Amino acid sequence: MVDGGVCASMAYGAGVAQVRLEHITKTFGEDDEKVTAVDDVSLDIADHEFMILLGPSGCGKSTLLRMVAGLEDPSEGNVTIGDRVVNDVEPKLRDIAMVFQSYALYPHKTVAANIEFPLKVRGVGKAERAEAALKAADVLGLTDYMRRKPGQLSGGQRQRVALARAIVRDPAVFLMDEPLSNLDAKLRGDTRAELVDLHRRLDSTFIYVTHDQVEAMTMGSRVAVLNAGRLEQVGTPQEVYDHPASAFVAQFIGTPPMNLLAPGAMGSSDVQVGIRPEHLLLTTGGPLHGTVRQVEHLGHEVLLLTEAESGGRLTARVAPSLDLPEVGATVSFDVAPQHLHRFDATTGVRVS
Amino acid sequence: MKRKLRDAPAALLMLGASFTLLAVWTIYPLVRAVQTGHLSCNQTGTKCTDTGWSTYIDVFMSKQFQDALMVSIKLALMTVPAGLILGIGLAVLADKHLRGIGIFRTIFSSTIATSVAVASLVWFVLLQPEIGVLSDLFSGWIPALKQPGLLRDPNTALPAVALSSIWASLGFTFIVITAGLQSVPKELYESAYVDGAGSFRRFTNVTLPMLSPSILFITVVLTTRALQTYGEVALLTGGGPEPEKSTTTIPYLIYGRNSIIQGDIGLKSAAAVLLFLISLVFALVQFRGFERRVHYGN
Repeated sequence: MVDGGVCASMAYGAGVAQVRLEHITKTFGEDDEKVTAVDDVSLDIADHEFMILLGPSGCGKSTLLRMVAGLEDPSEGNVTIGDRVVNDVEPKLRDIAMVFQSYALYPHKTVAANIEFPLKVRGVGKAERAEAALKAADVLGLTDYMRRKPGQLSGGQRQRVALARAIVRDPAVFLMDEPLSNLDAKLRGDTRAELVDLHRRLDSTFIYVTHDQVEAMTMGSRVAVLNAGRLEQVGTPQEVYDHPASAFVAQFIGTPPMNLLAPGAMGSSDVQVGIRPEHLLLTTGGPLHGTVRQVEHLGHEVLLLTEAESGGRLTARVAPSLDLPEVGATVSFDVAPQHLHRFDATTGVRVS
Repeated sequence: MKRKLRDAPAALLMLGASFTLLAVWTIYPLVRAVQTGHLSCNQTGTKCTDTGWSTYIDVFMSKQFQDALMVSIKLALMTVPAGLILGIGLAVLADKHLRGIGIFRTIFSSTIATSVAVASLVWFVLLQPEIGVLSDLFSGWIPALKQPGLLRDPNTALPAVALSSIWASLGFTFIVITAGLQSVPKELYESAYVDGAGSFRRFTNVTLPMLSPSILFITVVLTTRALQTYGEVALLTGGGPEPEKSTTTIPYLIYGRNSIIQGDIGLKSAAAVLLFLISLVFALVQFRGFERRVHYGN
């Protein structure tokens, strides 16, 4: 990424926009084979916020984003950008820009022409266009590639061109649909940090769709977790991690995921208890027992994969310096009461 | 290296089949035609002498060949752009997710299953001045439809042949362009739409460039077909109307039943080889000309 000082004086991020989703429902198909992709989702996204829509594939997060973009119409509910209901407003008049998973670059156009395209469509003059494109390219470190075609760029560079094309128009809201999922792991890590930096510098609203909880945790000001078209929880990454609103969120966020004990294993049978792997303390005479199935050394920590006596598995995150048990050994764990998460055994909703 | 050598017999065996076909059906006839083109024969074709490459030059310089070449080129100029535009237009129209669109796709692509003979017969009847439906319907606007009839008027005979030819190749163009359209990533259209591009801009900035490989392919194939037009001419006009011979294409000059070089196998072969070379030049020029504008994706 280029030096931040270069663009500190730039005029990006002038747009002011909060996005409000009110009781949004989206169904596809006809009566007999109707599929509900998004089910009564309400969400307020504040101006300048970096909002992550997180969930497994098919949870409706992309559909939700596409409704904000205007690529899909909500079946019910209102989408408001700024103080305007945009349900019937064309995408180009919504003051948004979108970055697609595949980048959607025009393969026949140069990098410069790709970045200029949104301005060209709006009838911006040639000189002004070139200047704006150069500025956007500068923000993303692309100035050396302006005359190349997308086919001559690496995946990471293409991704930046897509970002440059989004920022060139200085929209109030950026919509990103899994923009990092086509990059390799190393590049993804770097680009995460760059996007956070970009968000800070542009100072505009980002709505970012991902199925990757690491992206959600590291980038978002807030995370909206979706499952099967429904909104499970909205909160800062830390809130969502510390106080998951449902067993689904508890399991979806965190690597390795939270241990969910069989109902009744601790306390009453209509409550399911969840414990984060790092909160399981290896001791003698603890209340939880398991048989070690695998010991995974990750360098800075060790994961103990055990089979719980009460059924299911228990994964514990322990320090590597410990005198580690062997595979097949029986171990016991203790857990501090404040680290117990309790969920309703039938609905999965948090009860405490 | 060792592995490669060990695989050689098997590779030769497998290549052998297609090589044999190529040799028997393509290479040998081509060589044979080039040789035959050296011959100069008497009127009845019973006695031929080898006159070397001069036969080629004689044929190429002859008025008959030059006229036929002009007819072939004119035919190409009429059929290729019109066929391409109509094919793209229909394909874009049919590339919608609508109920019953399959019926239209079937209709639009149906001419691919129609032989030149059938297509020509259909148009022959449609354009027939006495009983043809088109002649009856439109003779108010185009009097030539009735008197003397499009196929009998030296000025309209070639366009009429072109019409039949365009119609006959439309199915092929439609199918290739439809396949091309379906391989355009949907996100490109969506991205352009979000960026504010209207349908015309999406067509010129996404559809056309993404179709460029299909368009080049169609252009080369349609041009080659136009230069090789024989069936339509034989069935619709017989190379006429005379004496202008306004529809005598090079293939008709070679094979036609009332061709001036009929019976002279040497001249016929020379003309055929020249047609091959001309087609080759056209194809190369088209590839070269298009090269910088064709985008085969990433």
